[in-house]
Amino acid sequence: MDNLGNLLDGFANVVTPMNLLIALLGVTIGTAVGVLPGIGPAMTVALLLPVTYGMEPTQAFIMFAGIFYGGMYGGSTTSILLNTPGESSSVVTAIEGNKMAKAGRAAQALATAAIGSFVAGTIATLLLVVVTPPVVSFAISLGAPDYFALMLLSFVAVTAVLGASRVRGFASLLIGLVIGVIGVDQTGQQRLTLGIPQLADGIDVVVVAVGIFAVGEALWIAAHLRRRAAEVIPVGRPWMGKQDWKRSWKPWLRGTAYGFPFGALPAGGAEIPTFLSYATEKKLTRHPEEFGRGAIEGVAGPEAANNASAAGTLVPMLAIGLPTNATAAVMLAAFQQYGIQPGPLLFERESALVWTLIASLFVGNLMLLVLNLPLAPAWARLLRVPRPYLYAGILFFASMGAYAVNAQPFDLFLLLTLGLLGFGMRRFGLPILPLIVGVILGPRAELQGRRALQLSGGELHGLIGGWVSWLIYAVVLVVLLWPLLGRFVSRPLRERLVTG
Amino acid sequence: MTVLVGYVPSALGEAALRAAVEQARFRDEPVLVVNTSRGDAYADPRLAQEPDLARVVRELTAAGVPHAVRQVVQGRDAAEEIVAIAEAEEVSLVVIGIRHRTPVGKLIMGSTAQEILLRVPCPVLAVKAD
Repeated sequence: MDNLGNLLDGFANVVTPMNLLIALLGVTIGTAVGVLPGIGPAMTVALLLPVTYGMEPTQAFIMFAGIFYGGMYGGSTTSILLNTPGESSSVVTAIEGNKMAKAGRAAQALATAAIGSFVAGTIATLLLVVVTPPVVSFAISLGAPDYFALMLLSFVAVTAVLGASRVRGFASLLIGLVIGVIGVDQTGQQRLTLGIPQLADGIDVVVVAVGIFAVGEALWIAAHLRRRAAEVIPVGRPWMGKQDWKRSWKPWLRGTAYGFPFGALPAGGAEIPTFLSYATEKKLTRHPEEFGRGAIEGVAGPEAANNASAAGTLVPMLAIGLPTNATAAVMLAAFQQYGIQPGPLLFERESALVWTLIASLFVGNLMLLVLNLPLAPAWARLLRVPRPYLYAGILFFASMGAYAVNAQPFDLFLLLTLGLLGFGMRRFGLPILPLIVGVILGPRAELQGRRALQLSGGELHGLIGGWVSWLIYAVVLVVLLWPLLGRFVSRPLRERLVTG
Repeated sequence: MTVLVGYVPSALGEAALRAAVEQARFRDEPVLVVNTSRGDAYADPRLAQEPDLARVVRELTAAGVPHAVRQVVQGRDAAEEIVAIAEAEEVSLVVIGIRHRTPVGKLIMGSTAQEILLRVPCPVLAVKAD
C-alpha cells in the first residue's frame, strides 16, 4: 500500500493552482497538435523543451504528459470530421468515424471517441500504477549485460517490427546511432568531430529532435503545399444515445486490453493495437452490415486502444528508461536535460516527481474529457489555419529553441543540416522513430555494453549475463529471422485456417 | 463579354450568384462562376465541394443562362485570382458578395472585397446576403 500513499501524495502535489494550470496548458496544446495533421506530440515536446528550462522538472513533465495524452484525443477529431488522421494512431478511427460523420452521426462518433478515450485512459493509468512498481523491482535486479540486451532488443524491435521496410528502418537506426556517437567518448577519443570544437560535446538531443521533427516536417510541407482543401463536416455538440452507449462500452474495454500491453512493448506504439482492436470489433459485432458504412464499434475500440497504449508506453519509460514511441523518446531526452537519470532508480531518487506525474495523468485525462466533449467543433476550426502561418511559427520556435540550448550560432547550422536530413528521410520513406531511438538510446547502450565488457575484462561472454539476456537475445533472433521463420510458421497456419 | 461572379458556398455566395444571373440575362451575356481557395489549409469552408458546384450548375441551367464554372486552387488569394481573370479575359462586370467586417478583422485579414473593388478594370456589383 506504499504506492497508494505515494500516489495520494502525488495528487496532493498536482492540485496546486500552478500545477493545474500547467496541466491545462499541456492538454490544450496537446489537443491542438493532435487535431493538426503532421504536427504530433513528439515534435511539440521537442519544441517546448527549451522553453521549459526555466520551470521545475515536475511542472515540465506534467505539461509533457498532458501533451502526450492530449495528442491521442485530438487525433480522433480530425479523423472523424476530415477523413485525414491527425495522428498515426487514429488512422483506423478514420475508417468508420468518417463514414459515421458522412451519415450524419458525427456527434456520436466524436462522443464515443472522447468518452472511450477517457475510460481507457483512466483504466490504463490505474494499470500503470499497479504494474510499474513490480517492473521497477525486477529492473533493479538486472545487470549491465541485461540492459545492453534490452536496448539491443529495443533497437531491433523499433526497426524491424514497425514500418514497411526493414532496410529503411535499419538505415534510419544507423543514421541515429552515428549521430549519437559524435563527440568525445569516455576514453577521451574524438569521434566524428571533424576537427570542429563545437562537436566535441556531441550534438544536443534537442537540436536533433527539433531538426528532424520540426524543420524536416516544415520543409516537407513546404515542398507539398498545394493540395485541395477538404471539407470539414459540420457538427454540433457531441452526444450519444442509449443504443450508442450499449454498443460502445464493450469495445472500449477490449480496446483498453489491447492498447495497454502493446504500448508497453518495445515495438508497441499505438498503431498495431488500434488495428487489432478494429479487426476484433469487426469480427464480434452484432451489426456486421454497418461495418464499412459507419459502425460505432469501429470508432470506440481503436480510440480506447490508442489512449490505453499511451499509458502503456509510460511503463517501460519510467521503469526501465526504454522509449517505445517517439514522444516517449523525446521525454526521455528531457529527463536527461534536467540531469535526471532515467531507469529503475528513478522511482527511488525522484519518487515525488514520478508520482506527481502519474497523478497528473488522471487529472489531465479528466480535463481532456471536459475540453474535448463540448468543444470538438471549435477544435475542428483549427484546420482552417493556413499552413504557411503554422509552419512559420514552428520554424521560429525551432530556431529559437536550438539557439537557446547553448547560445551558439553553430547549433542553427546543425539544425538546418538535420532538417535537410529529416526532409530527405521523408522523401525516401525512411521512418523517423528508429533514428530518434538510436540517438537517445545509442550512447546509453554503449555505456552499458562497456560496463559489461569491463567487468568481464574485455571477454565477449561478459555481454551475456543471466537468463534474462539469453531470453532477450532469443527474442532478438526471432524478430530478425522472422521473414525466414514466418515462411514455415505462417504458411501452415494459413492453410489450416483455409481448410478449417 | 462575360459576367464574372466570385462564388462561395454560403448565403452570401448564393446572393451573388442570383444577382449575376439577373445581370447576365439583362446584358445577354454568359456567366463565369469562379470559386477559389489558396489551398494551403487542411480545410477551407470557402472552397466549394462537388455537391455545391453541381447545385450551381443546376441553378444556372434552370435559369437558362450560358455558363461556365471554374475552380482555381493555385495558392493565391481570392482577390488576386478574380483580378487576374478579369484582366486576362473579356469581363464586362464582376459580381461579388460583401458582408460587414469588424475593423480588427479587416486589419488582420485584409478585405477581399476592397481589393477587388479597387483593382478590377471593369465595374463591380457588390451584393449583400438577404
